[in-house]
Amino acid sequence: MTDQAYNFAYLDEQTKRMIRRAILKGLAIPGYQVPFASREMPMPYGWGTGGVQVSAAVLTPDDTLKVIDQGADDTTNAVSIRTFFERTAGVKTTTRTTDASVIQTRHRIPEEPLTDNQILVYQVPIPEPLRFLEPRESETRKMHSLEEYGLMHVKLYEDISRHGHIATSYAYPVKIEGRYVMDPSPIPKFDNPKLGDMAAIQLFGAGREQRIYALPPYTQVVSLDFEDHPFEASKADHPCGLCDATDSYLDEVIIDDTGGRMFVCSDTDYCAARQAAGFKGKDAA
Amino acid sequence: MRPLLSVQGVAKRYGAHIGCADVSFDLYPGEVMGIVGESGSGKSTLLNCMAGHLAPDAGQVVFDTRAEGPKDTVTMSEPERRMLSRTDWAFVHQHARDGLRMGVSAGGNVGERLMAVGARHYGEIRGKATDWLERVEIDAARIDDRPTTFSGGMQQRLQIARNLVTGPRLVFMDEPTGGLDVSVQARLLDLLRGLVRDMGLSAIIVTHDLAVVRLLADRLMVMKSGRVVEAGLTDQVLDDPQHAYSQLLVSSVLQV
Repeated sequence: MTDQAYNFAYLDEQTKRMIRRAILKGLAIPGYQVPFASREMPMPYGWGTGGVQVSAAVLTPDDTLKVIDQGADDTTNAVSIRTFFERTAGVKTTTRTTDASVIQTRHRIPEEPLTDNQILVYQVPIPEPLRFLEPRESETRKMHSLEEYGLMHVKLYEDISRHGHIATSYAYPVKIEGRYVMDPSPIPKFDNPKLGDMAAIQLFGAGREQRIYALPPYTQVVSLDFEDHPFEASKADHPCGLCDATDSYLDEVIIDDTGGRMFVCSDTDYCAARQAAGFKGKDAA
Repeated sequence: MRPLLSVQGVAKRYGAHIGCADVSFDLYPGEVMGIVGESGSGKSTLLNCMAGHLAPDAGQVVFDTRAEGPKDTVTMSEPERRMLSRTDWAFVHQHARDGLRMGVSAGGNVGERLMAVGARHYGEIRGKATDWLERVEIDAARIDDRPTTFSGGMQQRLQIARNLVTGPRLVFMDEPTGGLDVSVQARLLDLLRGLVRDMGLSAIIVTHDLAVVRLLADRLMVMKSGRVVEAGLTDQVLDDPQHAYSQLLVSSVLQV
């Protein structure tokens, strides 16, 4: 039931209209960071205020919402945002990727391929891929508008010179349709190949930084690299301990103080579905 | 021969105060021009106007571009000007930390301009960076060290390597030897003179140190209160100064 003190999905209609305009502009210029008038939300910055505002603007009463945090449906961030929309929008919620029409995510893309009637909303802490290299906003905007992206490769160069390989493992910079360099939010680089040619709409919201950007369906996304050090989507070299999957991104879990550990799917829904289908890993009870 | 850079009637005001006014000269390929004058005489303002860091209020700065011939850099589009400033132009700052990225290794600093113009092969970028570190007499083993661990003279030489790696044709230098002790200065000047001669560079050097221009510059302009008071061949101006201020400047140098 919706708390009647709130408009549908918490935000007032004029705010949602403003956010939708930013989303449409973002979809029209893939990878471009559209400034928007981010609102105070009833949660602290860093907890997904950008993603929540984007979700609020795209939700309709018929939608089914799924919220994940690092792939999991049952962690604090995911649970509180899911409850937030249950109370303020009264929409159905689910933990199953295939049943959801809107998925808000923190730092993962679900393993299950998404379809063309789904929207994926990312929570973004720092939308500017060049920020840690160039602190001036006036300068980074100019670099985007003039396509001066040499500096991004300086970062990758530094990685190789220090570690012998590109050590950036999350928030790995990508180039959109040969134009804008974009921060894909801190998803592991394992997920980077899924960004491109995706059937679903991908929306990125950064609340504190007041930026929205977007990828329309089937957009070309290229991870930056060097000719002699090509991009590699990496993951822990193990099968999942619970469902035995070898193709999913794994979390390492320390299970005792004598060096014991197990690797499990970070996508809890994917793992649960596989276990229900009878797959069993070596650590499964 | 066509001038590489032709400056006509450049003026810059800061409110009622004159930064520089009515400066005109031609710089030919391979020529080194010195600009001397006391602090506040408008040398750096003029240099920044020519290098596109400041927009002059009046005048033209015509550069002989590779693709399209002579072009006014004041009125050209910003992308074009920025492209020039990372390919055909180089700018050596007085303080190396203004011109270097202090958080990035020496190799990354040298490679940045290469990557900015599209180099995407790590091995080649690193090879060129190593080569350039050696050319400016920095031990190639220090390629992965940050410039914060370098001495002042090394930082300045690194800045020069970083600027020259894309083979520019025109180098702007703002007090390149300022703040260095005399023996390091001498080594840097020697290096600069060698590079300028080998690469056939044109350069504009702003300094208050007459010894620097005596060694490096073919021609000299003396500035005072934003205006050029005397110009000519370096030796001619230094040995036989005509303007009262030039005479004062030349006689102010301590003889050891």
